[in-house]
Amino acid sequence: MAKKKDRGTPEINAGSMADIAFLLLIFFLVTTTIGADKGINMLLPPKKDESQPVDVKLKDRNVFKVIVNSKNQLLVEDEPMAIDNLRSEAKKFLANNGADPTMSESPQEAVVSLKTDRGTQYDVYLRVLDELSAAYNELRAEKLGITIEQYLDLDPKDEKQDEMMKYAQKVYPRRLSEAEPTSVGQ
Amino acid sequence: MAKFTKKSKAGANINTGSLPDIIFMLLFFFMVTTKMRDTSIMVEQRIPQSTQLQEIEQKSLVSYIYVGKPKEANKFGQEPRVQVNDVFINTNQIPQFVEQEKAKLPEAEREMIWMSMKVDKETKMGILTDVKLQLREANALKLNYSSNKRVEQAGI
Repeated sequence: MAKKKDRGTPEINAGSMADIAFLLLIFFLVTTTIGADKGINMLLPPKKDESQPVDVKLKDRNVFKVIVNSKNQLLVEDEPMAIDNLRSEAKKFLANNGADPTMSESPQEAVVSLKTDRGTQYDVYLRVLDELSAAYNELRAEKLGITIEQYLDLDPKDEKQDEMMKYAQKVYPRRLSEAEPTSVGQ
Repeated sequence: MAKFTKKSKAGANINTGSLPDIIFMLLFFFMVTTKMRDTSIMVEQRIPQSTQLQEIEQKSLVSYIYVGKPKEANKFGQEPRVQVNDVFINTNQIPQFVEQEKAKLPEAEREMIWMSMKVDKETKMGILTDVKLQLREANALKLNYSSNKRVEQAGI
């Protein structure tokens, strides 16, 4: 008589399961990107309203003029400057509080004006923007008594940290305006 | 004593039963942390570096504009071009693109749209100025100049 077959659970071979999972993994690695939307934020001015002529009067001492020409050279307050010195100069200007008659009266009134040429390289423009943002952020961090790294790590979702940020932004409001570019190097 | 059988030394099997679990774990990690590549970029993208980086909180509000020299220079020329959603467009078509992108968002969030500018290092400001002017026309005022973290070179 034939032996009765054991009909219990037959074992499924799971050896190829790892291969399948690997295949899926590699597929996802290839088709996806690690999303890091980091960068420098900038707010554009609203569309020009033709009916209302804008006539803003600013004292000359309250405007920090930065001009970048088509050869990527910097002119800061009518004097040529190396990009490495821009941050400290901007800080000096913003935190002047009326001490030097050629610099700003108060951080709230100080305006940074950035003018580029159509031939300026984007890399240089962003570097200038970065240095100017750094000047603002360093001053804010100093006001809060923390380092700039700590300031950049502040989380707006946290109520206490958000309050700190709001306070620092009120003391040193970012007033950065971009002028219409010249078109020498087009 | 006689009951013990000699162990075979060759081919001791390692249990690979948990290998799929490990790989699946990796797979899920990547599925969660990454996002689908939805466009194939046709322009050169050497993203500049900067230090004062800010992150956009709501990823769903972000639209991308790519600017740079076309990779296939013999087909599309040497001049920097603007690319959105797999196609090259002229700068005067940007308001239309912004409207399309806004229409994808829920109505309450339409004015909160972020434009992420992915611009090649060597692009001139001219084309970027045109893009910015058109974005102002389209009332998409929040920009993010995409850049990578600059590592400070100490002692140089």
